[in-house]
Amino acid sequence: MPHRQPVRSLAWWIALWILCTCSPLRAEWDAGLAATLANGDSEARIAAIRQLVTSGDPKVAVLLKALAEDGLAVADGRLARPIDGQWIDLESGATLTPTGTPESLSINNRVRREVQSGLALLRLFDADPKVRLEAASSLQSRATPEMIPALEKALGQEQDATIHDHLFLGLALARLSSKDAGQRLAAVKALGESASTTVRVTLSRLLEPAAEPDETVRREARDSLKRIERRLALGEAAGALFSGISLGSILLLTALGLAITYGVMGILNMAHGELLMIGAYSTYAVQMLFRNHLPNLLEGYLFVAIPVAFVVTALVGMLMERTVIRWLYGRPLETLLATWGISLMLIQAVRLLFGAQNVEVANPGWMSGGVALMPGVVLPWNRIIITLLALLVLGLTWGMLNRTRLGLFVRAVTQNRAMAGCVGVPTGLIDTLAFGLGAGIAGLGGVAISQIANVGPDMGQGYIVDSFLVVVLGGVGQLAGAVWAAMGLGIAGKLLEGWVGAVIAKILMLVFIIVFIQKRPQGLFVLKGRQMEG
Amino acid sequence: MQRRHFLKVLSLAAATLSLGAMSFPQGAQAADTIKVGILHSLSGTMAISETALKETALMTIEEINAKGGVLGKKLEPVVVDPASNWPLFAEKARQLLSQDKVAVVFGCWTSVSRKSVLPVFKELNGLLFYPVQYEGEELEKNVFYTGAAPNQQAIPAVEYLMSEDGGGAQRFVLLGTDYVYPRTTNKILRAFLNAKKIADADILEEYTPFGHADYQTIIAKIKKFASEGKKTAVISTINGDSNVPFYKELGNAGLKATEVPVVAFSVGEEELRGVDTKPLVGHLASWNYFMSLKNPVNDGFTKMYKDWAAKNKLPGADKVVTNDPMEATYIGLHLWKQAVEKAKTTDVDPVIAAMAGQAMQGPSGFEIKMDEKNHHLHKPVFIGEVRADGQFNVVWKTPGPVRAAPWSPYIPGNDKKSDEPEK
Repeated sequence: MPHRQPVRSLAWWIALWILCTCSPLRAEWDAGLAATLANGDSEARIAAIRQLVTSGDPKVAVLLKALAEDGLAVADGRLARPIDGQWIDLESGATLTPTGTPESLSINNRVRREVQSGLALLRLFDADPKVRLEAASSLQSRATPEMIPALEKALGQEQDATIHDHLFLGLALARLSSKDAGQRLAAVKALGESASTTVRVTLSRLLEPAAEPDETVRREARDSLKRIERRLALGEAAGALFSGISLGSILLLTALGLAITYGVMGILNMAHGELLMIGAYSTYAVQMLFRNHLPNLLEGYLFVAIPVAFVVTALVGMLMERTVIRWLYGRPLETLLATWGISLMLIQAVRLLFGAQNVEVANPGWMSGGVALMPGVVLPWNRIIITLLALLVLGLTWGMLNRTRLGLFVRAVTQNRAMAGCVGVPTGLIDTLAFGLGAGIAGLGGVAISQIANVGPDMGQGYIVDSFLVVVLGGVGQLAGAVWAAMGLGIAGKLLEGWVGAVIAKILMLVFIIVFIQKRPQGLFVLKGRQMEG
Repeated sequence: MQRRHFLKVLSLAAATLSLGAMSFPQGAQAADTIKVGILHSLSGTMAISETALKETALMTIEEINAKGGVLGKKLEPVVVDPASNWPLFAEKARQLLSQDKVAVVFGCWTSVSRKSVLPVFKELNGLLFYPVQYEGEELEKNVFYTGAAPNQQAIPAVEYLMSEDGGGAQRFVLLGTDYVYPRTTNKILRAFLNAKKIADADILEEYTPFGHADYQTIIAKIKKFASEGKKTAVISTINGDSNVPFYKELGNAGLKATEVPVVAFSVGEEELRGVDTKPLVGHLASWNYFMSLKNPVNDGFTKMYKDWAAKNKLPGADKVVTNDPMEATYIGLHLWKQAVEKAKTTDVDPVIAAMAGQAMQGPSGFEIKMDEKNHHLHKPVFIGEVRADGQFNVVWKTPGPVRAAPWSPYIPGNDKKSDEPEK
């Protein structure tokens, strides 16, 4: 084992660097290092990386970062990085003209773990608190005894309370293998505040007398473990609830349009799934338009896709209503058959236009990744945003139906068409607009689906059954039922899935709905007062 | 369900019509050409994987024709779309063999589609080249398997995961799509792991239907399982377009390869094209070929496909990739050509006999040989880690090609099975 020096602070490094630009530390950067990193086995590479991290050379961070990003190569025995098509010598910063193609260095997961730990350790002394926080929180579950001096040093000079807490937990983890039972006891006690699964695993190993000779430490470990497990269970429940809400909001977005066309207007629209599909394809088209013509604004394509999808599907919907559906009011069976035909035509049209394969709709950068509720529970941004979109659409739809003149007319026409006509409501136009609104909302559902699932010509068929289930379960005639039904189906579905698996969960949900509809055919909610005609 | 079924039939009828129209104009010159059937799903859940195989087959046929064809005749492709619908695979296979009278068929991806066409090929004595890694447990006279058997992909991958470099995994999640390939592979893997002293309590098996899109619960389950003790790895046999939401969710949920590595057997460069691979760096795949391999044959192969994509204006032509089953299709077509030239006929039985021992320099950088007996290729095994650009870094490989063992020794009774198909 090579002798390890503590990592020096940034100021130290700079001083050192100025002092030693032409002497001792150079030894680390010879051709031997390049050869080890390029051809050594994992063992040798890890040893070299550990030595580099403790060497205190400021270039090490650059080296590790390049290594982690597959951006390091060996050109004529020198470590080099490709920058703007040129090979830059890592050590001197000079431009190289390599003979032959430089050999890229690639690493495996085992070495990558070491590189990441090394980088995190170096970044504990970064000037930016955000970088320090990220480094400290990643070390919290992977600190090793060799890191103790560096962690102590970082802890000594850290001002930020959150980073301080993370460092404290990391240090406790590193000290678990200390020879001093008192230190181990303190470490075990401190780790009770952790919520990391790695810590849980480490602590659970200490319960055996073989691993931990001291009785008090073992007892403390058991207590800490209990606290961690309670915290983890809470996180897990929160995660499950969130995925239920997320599924519920997707169900709501897909069903909300149907709640208007079927629920309020009473039209059995079998092409509803295809309206979702058109919304998703509109998103794809907008994305491609941005990619080809406005690549700088690509990140924001979704903001354009939302109104475009709404308008496109609303137009398709209004066209359907004007040309086919309006001649079939009051004849549900014929409506069903006709809209089914339309759905097949739409699928085939999209196949001809865009091809039969799935198309790629990419999440914008700001929608990928997630926010860590606590270690181990990550809420993905795309799902959070879709949940918010569902709320927004719900709010707008509710407002439109209850607070605008159009909404008043829609309600009037659906409740008593003849009377509404008598007092001057243009019933034909209102039908078209209301159907367009329902279709447009389906289009918004399509935008949401395109961000999490596959977009292909047949995608609509997978959603239509669920959409009808939501509307029927919620009770035909108003929106509140659809909200409760969507959320209920979503959360119950996710809980069941975690318990019995995806396939059985789906069957159980369908059985439940059949039984429920038998007992309560009117659904969860019923419109009070005088009923509209059947 | 009634409606869905009817819907499928209708849309399939429409698809068939349009495809039928496509293949007719070429029929005029049938006399002096050899017909080659291409049976890959161009729509539905498997289109994500299979479309590229159709393109590879067409490209290879063009390459062979440019060099004078086979036995002085040009090859004429007959493309059909079985639409990820297993019974339709059998119908289309029958149509290719009895109506179009093709000399050979290149096709299928999922094992369920292969099982579905098998009786047709046996009945009509056709010849099928199957280009995808699979579960083994099959050896048919009418089929040549140019993908990997379990000992050429799955077993080495699990051994790697258990090695120190692979993370020393001692707990495994076997996650797959619910059909014959994942179920059988996981049966073999469970027996293998048991033989390696991994208890059943340390193995979690999970299945999802074809086309499944919501992987939140599964990822949460993996996280929980991984937090309960020993080092955990995930072995994914998810097939088709479900992989896109699976990997998206994996990336978004922050399950890092350095903590819980996922090794996939049916995911290559093509399937990852629609996914942001930056959060997935380090997750693994096990194959017999990667696009990132550096050798002259592969340079030629990747360039040929890129040129083909540009010429034919394939979607995303500037970013097309090659992958293992495409390489297997390419090798299969060339070996078939060599066998036909050796047999001096396209008749099925002489060609089958001539296939034994056919070899060529493959894009994997090794000489790839058809075994003298067992209808499988000798292939090298590579394990690759996903890079930020969606390509793979090879982190482990065998020194040379490995002979296939279609009857896995980990399934009881297989030691008595013959290594040669019944005639």
